[in-house]
Amino acid sequence: MIEGILIGLNTALSLKNILMVVMGCFFGTIIGMLPGLGPMTAIALMIPITYGFDPATGLILMAGVYYGAVFGGSTSSILINAPGIPGTVATSFDGYPMAQQGKAGKALAIAAYSSFAGGTIAAIFLLFAAPSLSKISLSFRSPDYFALMILGLTAVAAFSSKGQFLKAMMMAVLGLMLACVGQDTLSDIPRFTFNNMNLSDGISFVLVVMATFAMSEALTIILRGTDPSSAAKAISLKELGSIKLDKDETKKTLKTIPRSSVIGFIVGVLPGAGSTIASFLAYGMERNFVNKEEKEKFGKGSVHGLAAPETANNAACSGSFVPLLTLGIPGSGTTAVMLGALLGFGIQPGPRLYMTNPEIFWSVIMSMYVGMVILLILNLPLIPYIARILAVPRTFLIPMILFFSVTGIYLMSFNTFDIFLMIGIAVVATGLRLYKFPMPPLILAFVLGGLMEENLRRSLLISDGSFNFLYDRPLTAIILAFTILIFSWQSYISLKSK
Amino acid sequence: MKISSVKIISLLFFVLSAFYLYTANQIQVFAFDVNSPFNAKTFPIYLGYAGMFFAGLQILLPEKSVEKVNHNVLDYKKVIYLIIIMIFYGLTILKVGFFLSTSIFLLLSYYFLGERRWKLMLIFSFPFVAVFMFLLHGALNIYLRDPLLKYLGIIG
Repeated sequence: MIEGILIGLNTALSLKNILMVVMGCFFGTIIGMLPGLGPMTAIALMIPITYGFDPATGLILMAGVYYGAVFGGSTSSILINAPGIPGTVATSFDGYPMAQQGKAGKALAIAAYSSFAGGTIAAIFLLFAAPSLSKISLSFRSPDYFALMILGLTAVAAFSSKGQFLKAMMMAVLGLMLACVGQDTLSDIPRFTFNNMNLSDGISFVLVVMATFAMSEALTIILRGTDPSSAAKAISLKELGSIKLDKDETKKTLKTIPRSSVIGFIVGVLPGAGSTIASFLAYGMERNFVNKEEKEKFGKGSVHGLAAPETANNAACSGSFVPLLTLGIPGSGTTAVMLGALLGFGIQPGPRLYMTNPEIFWSVIMSMYVGMVILLILNLPLIPYIARILAVPRTFLIPMILFFSVTGIYLMSFNTFDIFLMIGIAVVATGLRLYKFPMPPLILAFVLGGLMEENLRRSLLISDGSFNFLYDRPLTAIILAFTILIFSWQSYISLKSK
Repeated sequence: MKISSVKIISLLFFVLSAFYLYTANQIQVFAFDVNSPFNAKTFPIYLGYAGMFFAGLQILLPEKSVEKVNHNVLDYKKVIYLIIIMIFYGLTILKVGFFLSTSIFLLLSYYFLGERRWKLMLIFSFPFVAVFMFLLHGALNIYLRDPLLKYLGIIG
């Protein structure tokens, strides 16, 4: 492990990679602050750029964007009560009241320190958990992987659907359907290409991500007439107040951080749960931990109430890398985008990544520490100024997002068919968004589609066409039992409320 | 009885899944693969059934809360303009070249979104694209087809 840490440090601390983390955190913060645009959009816009770098640098850049976006989301939650991303909704419960009391600077400082601590503690957990889990997951076989992917999809659909489980499952199936377009990997037989040569290689992952997130989010903003830059415009440099915490505030923050880090990390590791659930869970649990006097302050500007979700959402971000790096199965939409990008580099994350590409495995973990430090020393004092940059009117912002989306996909294929296909998918996605059809299950399914088919193929061939493989191995059966449990629970909730 | 938009979307998805299933069954597999436990059409067939299953449930089960979208407040006009501009951009990018088509795309997008500060619009179109092209072409060595700039002798 020491050798791995040194390899990771060597890669993460190279000038180029530090620059990438700085850039990633900065860019992520900007996008994260814009309500309606989340980390997936930020990462999607970065993918074409990352293909110019080596895989480790590309992944480091994306990880920086991820953390930056989460931090940026907290800023708009605290200052104008408009969470940039769902994971920072709980932050606004106490962050915004604090800002209204003239303590915006303190609230931002608590958020920054908690994010830093949560992310760092979780990265330490990851440092120990990932290699151990990698070794265990080496014993996984095709049926186990297939079952894990079904579990991942069901869990993401369950948690991202906000009570609309069937809609999420439909999106997951649509993602798998899109993944099947193109030549079959084993037999090279064309499928769903309708004799169109442009589809024979399948639909590009970057195209689907750009269309369903960056482009459709931009179109949705125009459709609804919202102004994402209003967040930035509302931030006044003078009104922030001091960012120094007093003794009592520091004590409360320090008390909250360890327990929320543990909750955040565990929730982050679970497939599909992610930072939103982690932050709400940590907020709720923290309320039960504090005394009666503190409990009454919740929702009115409590330090505990602000520190808990902030610690947990960053810890969950680090935790979500565990299934990605060790099993090659992303636990959230954001890590699914990262998996897609890695597959684009020709790298298959999973238990063998630890051995075949140790520099990637370790440098991503080590770059998390670098990212956290950069977020703390760069973003906290610079937040008001970043906000000023952000006060770009939407008349300029939206065309820029569309420009980077279209150019990004054009530069990858130099094929105008891809531009038209992207516009088509974006229009459909925008329509689906209006009726609350969630997009993360679609992306996760699209990324996992190929791997899922491959593992099902192997499992069925080994078992000679019988579906006994689903319960022959205890591990497969246990994973599927969890899937059935989630499925039944979600169905029960849906039917009960109907 | 009023049918909600979500049910209509689900019905469309059901039809799409049925069509997908039909197309999956039409996939020509190799003769030696026809009776294999798994071939090129196995997974798509399962997906077709799964899509019909979930869409069918969504259609049949009563809705928890009807998703209401107020179409009167949605700005369809601007979105349609943007889509047309993007299609126009896609049609011209190869023929006219990256520089001119991208600059015009940005300029038109700013205009149709309501921007009228021409000075800023011009700065964030032509010079902005020139800098972007320089970064791609000069710094990252990414080739960009541009017949116009080639004709003018600006790029090789």
